[in-house]
This record gives sequence, structure tokens and C-alpha cells, in this order.
Amino acid sequence: MRIICPHCGERGLDEFVYHGDASLTRPDPASATAMADFVRYAFERENKAGAHRELWYHSAGCHAWLVVTRNVITHAIASVELARDVALARDLAARTGA
Amino acid sequence: MTKAQPNRLARGGLIDRSRALQFYFDGHTYTGHPGDTLASALIANGVSLTGRSFKYHRPRGILSAGSEEPNALVELRTGSRQEANTKATVTELYDGLDARSQNRWPSLAFDVLSINSLLAPIFVAGFYYKTFMWPAALWEKLYEPAIRRAAGLGRASDEADPDTYEKATAFCDVLIIGGGPAGLAAAINAGKSGARVILADENVNFGGRAIDDAAVIDNIPAGAWTAAALSQLGAMAEVKIMPRTTVFGVYDGGTYGAIERVSDHLAVPARGQPRQRLWRIVAKHTILASGATERPIVFGGNDRPGVMLAGAVRTYINRFGVAPGRQAVVFVNNDYAAMTATALDQAGVQVVAIVDSRATPSDTVREIASATEAQLLSGAVIVDTRGSKRVRSVCVRTAGAEKVTLDCDLVAMSGGYNPNIQLTTHLNGRPVWSDALVTFNAGTLPPGMAIAGAAAGQFGLKSCLASGATAGFDAATASGFGSAAAVGFNAIDESAAIEPLWRVDGCRGKAFVDQQNDVTVGDIELAEREGFRAVEHLKRYTTLGMATDQGRTANVNALAIMAELTSKTIPQTGMTVARPPYTPVAIGAFAGHHRGQDFKPTRLPPSYAWAKEQGAVFVETGLWLRPSYFPQGGENSMGRLRTNGRAPASLPMDSASA
Repeated sequence: MRIICPHCGERGLDEFVYHGDASLTRPDPASATAMADFVRYAFERENKAGAHRELWYHSAGCHAWLVVTRNVITHAIASVELARDVALARDLAARTGA
Repeated sequence: MTKAQPNRLARGGLIDRSRALQFYFDGHTYTGHPGDTLASALIANGVSLTGRSFKYHRPRGILSAGSEEPNALVELRTGSRQEANTKATVTELYDGLDARSQNRWPSLAFDVLSINSLLAPIFVAGFYYKTFMWPAALWEKLYEPAIRRAAGLGRASDEADPDTYEKATAFCDVLIIGGGPAGLAAAINAGKSGARVILADENVNFGGRAIDDAAVIDNIPAGAWTAAALSQLGAMAEVKIMPRTTVFGVYDGGTYGAIERVSDHLAVPARGQPRQRLWRIVAKHTILASGATERPIVFGGNDRPGVMLAGAVRTYINRFGVAPGRQAVVFVNNDYAAMTATALDQAGVQVVAIVDSRATPSDTVREIASATEAQLLSGAVIVDTRGSKRVRSVCVRTAGAEKVTLDCDLVAMSGGYNPNIQLTTHLNGRPVWSDALVTFNAGTLPPGMAIAGAAAGQFGLKSCLASGATAGFDAATASGFGSAAAVGFNAIDESAAIEPLWRVDGCRGKAFVDQQNDVTVGDIELAEREGFRAVEHLKRYTTLGMATDQGRTANVNALAIMAELTSKTIPQTGMTVARPPYTPVAIGAFAGHHRGQDFKPTRLPPSYAWAKEQGAVFVETGLWLRPSYFPQGGENSMGRLRTNGRAPASLPMDSASA
């Protein structure tokens, strides 16, 4: 498998480290349902066949955190974004939406 | 020795007759020439018995001339470099090569366990499952040790491998897998545009079937054409030619695994050279030009030494300059393989008969039969072979159901061709059955892959070259390297007309489907009766196709026989797909330099030097080497410490960092 890093270009899999599901957001520990939220955050996964958003760390390259959208059946990669951009966009959406 | 190399032809072949190489097989000394494989050199020396079969210990000889070989497996080299189950058909001969036959005791000619052949009625499919069920306690103590002793073929070395293995990565625009006529045509067309091309072939010589069939391309012999093509490619700066390199697997993102046998053709690798190099090749486009593998016909005694694939017979004559027999019977169901009779005739081998299973053989076959003065038996089949350690005669059932015995010491058989589409199935591609070609063709291809030549079902040389040229040109264009026009090549399309013949019914002797795992037609019939009709069940119940040859000569035949038994079509019955690797790859090659200390370094704590001064005994805790205890006054073991009632030394502070 090969990933096209936005900074470095196309690189082999052995330059990257997988860091799990990118669609998760850390729950608010102060919330009333914090316990249940954290159980869901830590353990519950859907394991869908198809597109999956996941975190990859370019450890043997530019050290960027990436959000890769990958089809887990065919391993075809639909998009690679910087995790920073994804997080900023989410924050922005949360702020403007609020 | 009476006469050196009695079966060597006076001329022909890609061998260097000016030099002789000495080699040893089962302790006997023989000679061969540079350019030989172990198999061709054994044939040249009149050795036809090369091993005993897996289950029944039947005498076996050389079936093929390539990596699909199920029978001629030997133990190669001695000492720490000893390698089991090496295919004699792909082992290049070198001076001093030492090989031994396998699965026999006390000797190849007289083997005690050949008694298994007489016990055959009880060694049916599923024998172990049915026999060693109860009592469970006996399994560990009795059954398993006994089975383990009798099982397996060759023995590996007990010593550590003294050689090194490397890993390397390469990038290219066009990867061409297979250096036969289609692969060379593709390489010339892709290379002339300036694209980065890698051309890999598992053999040392390129040219493939064109050389094996002594074909003519652009009005010159295939050997000369191949040499010219290679020198043309060698002059292109961006073309990398990789002989002895098998592309064995397809992975995601246009990544391919390949194994380069750098030093397997030498007794000891040259200084600083690895034995093998594992390549990871990243290619934008790939052309699979891996050719086709001939199918055996399933008839009684079809495993007897001297029964060979027709294509292999032509290879031994044309590529290696050896005659695999003196009197031959050619048994075919297609036109293409009938040309074996011509090759045999030209090599001075008497062609006793052409047995063509088709009721009305084509004009091609008639012409060949009259030119070679061979008896043409149409609508006929071989039902049995006779001979102890080599075929002496065959029993033919004619169209009129008469039985005729023909004396011969060679049977050249061909049941058609299977395109080598294994690599197209590694990423979940499914083969598609073709009634016209009587074979499976590639279905959905992995991204970026095109397929050309015999692998694409283009069996005639002209169409094979044309498909290669087009694929090479298209791949270069798609990589952004356009050139004026594709270069074409001139050749004749041989007829490949075929009518299916999977097995001959009414055979008295055992008819083998998978020769490496000793699976017979009877085993498939039993599997059908007992309900193991799905292909995946059939495979696991009978162990069909599960040997080191991946069933390349067996799978399609087995599928077709199961289809006949269940009165279904072949596509309804199933299909065969392959997993990597295409040919066996040494574990050492995957490990590369990452072994021993380079895989698992030893970590020493800061207190190491001090602890050593105190006479500590160390213990491995993960990667860390830690003082286990400090023996005092003649104590020499942990046990003594315990009996003395003294606590072991506490671990130093840095243990927290582990």
C-alpha cells in the first residue's frame, strides 16, 4: 500500500504508523454522561466494510498526522488530508454552527 | 561411465558445448554443460528416475521444464547450504553441483516404502481423518510421531544458513513480467519511448516459448531475434533487465514483490553478494506476459518416468540440445502440441505414433504425421502405461475400441494450456472460463495491469507478439511517454485448435491428477461420493493443489473432472485462484538482514559494566540483558541461592525504562 503525503508525495507504507479511527472525538470529561461516552470512545467500533477514515502518522518522513480515507475492502485511498486541517475545519464548523 | 551424456544431441540448444561441468546425483558423477539445468543434464545422462512420490513412493521422473514441476524435486547442496524440495527443472547446473533424490530408503531404485503402493486402497483421500480418530490419547504418543517420520519429502539443513539475503526497492513506469516473445515485444515498445522499464523473467535466458519451439521471428531464428532484442534493450538507458527474477506477488498501490536469485547458480555466493535479493517494485503500469503452463492428460500410469509434457519435450530438444527418449508417442488433444512430433523427428527420435483424442484431427496434425512418418491414431487415447522405472510401452484404445500396445520410452502429452494468470488473482480478481480456448482467462485485472501473450490466451506467436507490442506501447503512452508508432514483429500464428479431454475413462492403473501430492482420479471420485464437491472442500479433503507447485499442472484438470462427475459445467463448479507467492520464496529472503542481532539487538543497562565486575550472571528480559544474581563464594546456580535462603539481587533502578 502507498500513501500520498501532502508534504512528501507518494511514499511506501513502512514510512507510516497507523493510529486508528479518525472519526472519533474525545468526549468532554465534565459532561454528565462522561463514563458512557468514554466507554464508547475507547471500545465501540463499527468495523464497516467500505470507506474508513483513519489516522496515519508519517513517522519516517515529515512527522505529519494524516487523515486517510481508505476503502477497507479494496485498500483504495480516496483522500489524504492533514489531520491539522481536518481538526481546524471541525472547530470552525463547531464555532460557526454554535 | 559408458558414454558421456548419451542423450545429448550433436547440435542445437543454448548450451556451451566447449566446457564440461561435473556434477553429482545420488553419489554418481555425471557431466553437463553451462546452460543446462539439473533436469536437462540428468536427461542428457540418461537418468530418468529422479525421486519417489509423496504418498505411494512411486518412481517419478521429470514431467516439465519449468517452475511448475511437481516431481523432480531434489535435495541440493550439502551441509549448512542443503536445501530440500528444489526443482531440478529450474536449478541451473554449476561445476560440483551435488544433488540427491528424496523420499526413498535405502536407495532410489529400491525403496522400502514403495509397499505403500500396494496398500493404496487404504491410503485414500481423508485417510488420516478417518483412521486416527480414536482413541484421542494415542494421537500424541503414537500416531503423530509415526506420521511425521513418514511424511514430507526432503530434509532441510539443521545448521544456520551461512549466506546473506538483501532487500531492495525499485521504481518504474512499466514493469514487464516475463521475457518471452510478448514480454520482449512489450519492452521494446515501452523502452523506445524513454519510459523507465523493468523486464523480469524467472529464467536466466529470455525468449521463452519462442526458443523452446525453435520459432522464427522477423525471418530469423528466435534465438538470434531474442539476442538482438536484448542488445537493443541493453542500449536503452532507462530499461533494466532482470534475469533470474520471479515476480511472485501483487500488492496494493502498484507494488510488486520479486525475488532475484543472485547466487543460486553458484556453489558459494561471490564475495559481498547475497544468495537472493527481495525486490519491492513500485510500478505505474504492469504488463503480465507470463506465458502459459501445459496441462497433463489424466490417464492410467501417467506418472511413470518418461511421460512428459509435450512442451517440455520441445524445450529439452531446442533449448538444451538433449533427446528425452529414443522412441516417442505423442498424445494430444490440440494442434499446437502436435508440433512436438516434428521436433522429435528433427532430433532423430523415432515418433511411433501421434495419438490424437479428437475424432477428426486437423490438417495440421495430418501433415505433421505424414512428414514425421508417424502412425496417426485419431479418436484414440492412451489408457495405460507399462514399465517399472521407466515407461516401456503404452496401451492405446483406438476409435474402434481396440487395444493396441505401442513400444516407446517417451510419452509427450498435452491436454491444452492454462494461461499463467495467478498474479491477476492476488488482489481478488476472478478468472473467467473460455469455452473457445478451453481454459480460464484473466477476469478483472489489478489496477494498472495489462496482460499480453499466451497469458492473455494469445497462443499463436504472431498474435502473441502483437499483443505484447500493443500493451508495451499503451503502457508507455499512459505513463506520459508517447512515441510515434508501435513497432510490430513478423511471425506465423500456429494453430491452437483444441477439443477438451480431461481424463481417460476405463484405465486400470492409477491416473494421477496432482503428482506432487499423489492425488488420483479415484480420490476425486471419492470426494464427490462423500459430498466434498465444492472446489474448496475438494482441495482440502484430497490435498489437491496444496503442494509447492501450487497445483499448476493439476487444478484445472481436477476442476474439470469434478464438473464431469457432478454433471455441471466448469464455471458452475468453481474456479482456481492463487495466493502469493507464485513460486516458493525462502523465509530468509523475507527476513533479509533482519536476523540474529540485527533483528533483536541486545540492550545493556548503564549498570552493565559495574554488574559484570561484580561477577553477575545475566538474564535476558526482552531486549535487555540484566544481572540476575551475584553468586557469592562458589555458588553457581539460582537453585543454590534459593536453598541458601538468600534473596536474589534486586534489579537496578533503570529497569523502569524497559
